[in-house]
Amino acid sequence: MTITQQAPKAPMRFPRLAQPFIALGMAILAELGIAFFVLNVVSVPLIAVWVGIPMLLVFVPCTRWFANCHRVLYAGITGTVIPKPYKKPPMPGILMWLRTTLTDPATWRDIAWLLVNAVVGFTLTLLSAVLFLASVFYLIYPFLVWVTPDGVFTEPFGGIFTVNVATSFLMIPFGLFAFLIWLGAGERLLKGAAYVGRSLLGPTESAQLAIRVRELADSRAETVDTQAAELRRIERDLHDGAQARLAALSMNLGMAEEMVNRDPAQAAALLTEARESASTALSELRDLVRGIHPPVLADRGLEGAVKALAMSLPFKVDVTIELPGRPPAPVESAAYFAVAEAFANALKHSAATTAWVQITHEHERLHILVGDDGVGGAKVRPGGGLYGIERRLAAFDGTLTVASPTGGPTTVIMELPCESSSLKITPSSGTA
Amino acid sequence: MRVVIAEDHALLRDGLIRLLEAHDFTVVEAVDNGPRLVPALVEHRPDVAVVDVRLPPTFTDEGLKAAIEARRQVPGLPVLVLSQYVEQLYARELLTGGGGAVGYLLKDRVSNVAEFLDSVRRVAAGGTAMDPDVIGQLLARNTRDEPIGRLTPRESEVLGLMAEGRSNAAIAAALFVTEKAVSKHTNNIFAKLDLPPSEDDNRRVMAVLTYLSSR
Repeated sequence: MTITQQAPKAPMRFPRLAQPFIALGMAILAELGIAFFVLNVVSVPLIAVWVGIPMLLVFVPCTRWFANCHRVLYAGITGTVIPKPYKKPPMPGILMWLRTTLTDPATWRDIAWLLVNAVVGFTLTLLSAVLFLASVFYLIYPFLVWVTPDGVFTEPFGGIFTVNVATSFLMIPFGLFAFLIWLGAGERLLKGAAYVGRSLLGPTESAQLAIRVRELADSRAETVDTQAAELRRIERDLHDGAQARLAALSMNLGMAEEMVNRDPAQAAALLTEARESASTALSELRDLVRGIHPPVLADRGLEGAVKALAMSLPFKVDVTIELPGRPPAPVESAAYFAVAEAFANALKHSAATTAWVQITHEHERLHILVGDDGVGGAKVRPGGGLYGIERRLAAFDGTLTVASPTGGPTTVIMELPCESSSLKITPSSGTA
Repeated sequence: MRVVIAEDHALLRDGLIRLLEAHDFTVVEAVDNGPRLVPALVEHRPDVAVVDVRLPPTFTDEGLKAAIEARRQVPGLPVLVLSQYVEQLYARELLTGGGGAVGYLLKDRVSNVAEFLDSVRRVAAGGTAMDPDVIGQLLARNTRDEPIGRLTPRESEVLGLMAEGRSNAAIAAALFVTEKAVSKHTNNIFAKLDLPPSEDDNRRVMAVLTYLSSR
């Protein structure tokens, strides 16, 4: 979701034996890229005579598509996602699009990449492919000499010397040698090509910052909205609940005070009423506090609070929590409410009989998994419970993924950045 | 009866002292923070302690931890824990020490003076006093796979009242049945929860504990 927080490096996604063929394909594509390069470069000066505009309208999207295919390919090779760096036109309209596109450095970087890829990328990928193909070729050379008519495969190095079936076996060590080089260098050459491509296709630092700023602005606006709504809810709850009860209470007390000498029985009844309304006010305040920040979370941290939550649910919940310390309070609270909401969702829709929650800390992130054995089919819908969690987590650069096939089971996977250094080590969190 | 009170809000502390002293209790010490509580309890060995869960310096569950620690040093020390909110988790921790003589009530229950004093006396006498809210949380749960799920609705009702700390007579009054019927129910409960025959009071605590750990 964001670029600054890169997930732990994934390895090369393509199997070893597929790599030479991918490299070969990339080498061919690199040369095809020349055509895109020429078409783009020709279009730009032609803007002066208007013809360039329709040309760009066609070629730029084509180039972008071509570059996007390579972004996916490079992502597979390097194991890191390459975000698309293109600017969006602020308004619809062809001229606006043209202006945005022509001033977008990503457009020119794409074109530069086409050229660099045709030279450097082509060389590296072709070398990677040829090393493998050559080793295979020389390893089966005796066989080729044997099955083909005389004179077709007799000059392994283009006329320097000739071989027959017997002497052709001398080529096998050469094949093995090439194979060893490929084993050592083949993947690196391919990766090298991908890194060169990524350096031009990936967003520049300023584009990265622009993307990040956009994300932050969005999540901040949402956070502010959510908080304002939350404050309104609290205000309303206090106004209609505790505040009204206390007003009634003080009225009753006033009346009792006035009546205590005249009609002690009536005064006693008023006092009982006053006590009841104090009790109700307290219980409403308790519920309100629980919704803002559950006391057990403050007392016992995430582990205790989630255990207490699990105890209150009508189905069996397995709780596994392994944390080296207590996360900072805002993160802890976000994690708790995410788990609570995930359970509430399971309770409402899943008809589950057992559920489980697992919270661990790895790679500077809090990993939270909540699962149930219910009917499945859970989705993130705007306005839904899961959507709420997603928004809440987004404020912390956290993410939410749902795996919930129809028929179940459902697993909600949540991640929250949380640096190890921010974890507070507490003396044992439990007493029993 | 000698009482130690732990409560950090001056208003509530004075209120509790006034309330208890008006009803023939002697408050031997009233502390306002956690670290002082354990020594006070060990030193005075009161007939009962009334302790607020949240105390300085951490303002978390200091009081609960101190109460459990004091009961570890003085087994069977009667402690009634008061709190602004109740958690089943805490109720279980209090009871797990064994021996009964524990109570766990919402602070607002103090306002019903007669019932509150009754709870204090019951805890002092070695019984239990669980807040109806804790019991409510339990009853709301679906526990069909647990031993507790084998109880009939009537039996779990009786067990709930038992957990609140009521005697058979009180349970009979609350359910409008004879005391004999109640003791039949309690025997069924003990049997279904596989509690070995022992002194009735102890079995009652065990039953409540099973009830609270039913998960």
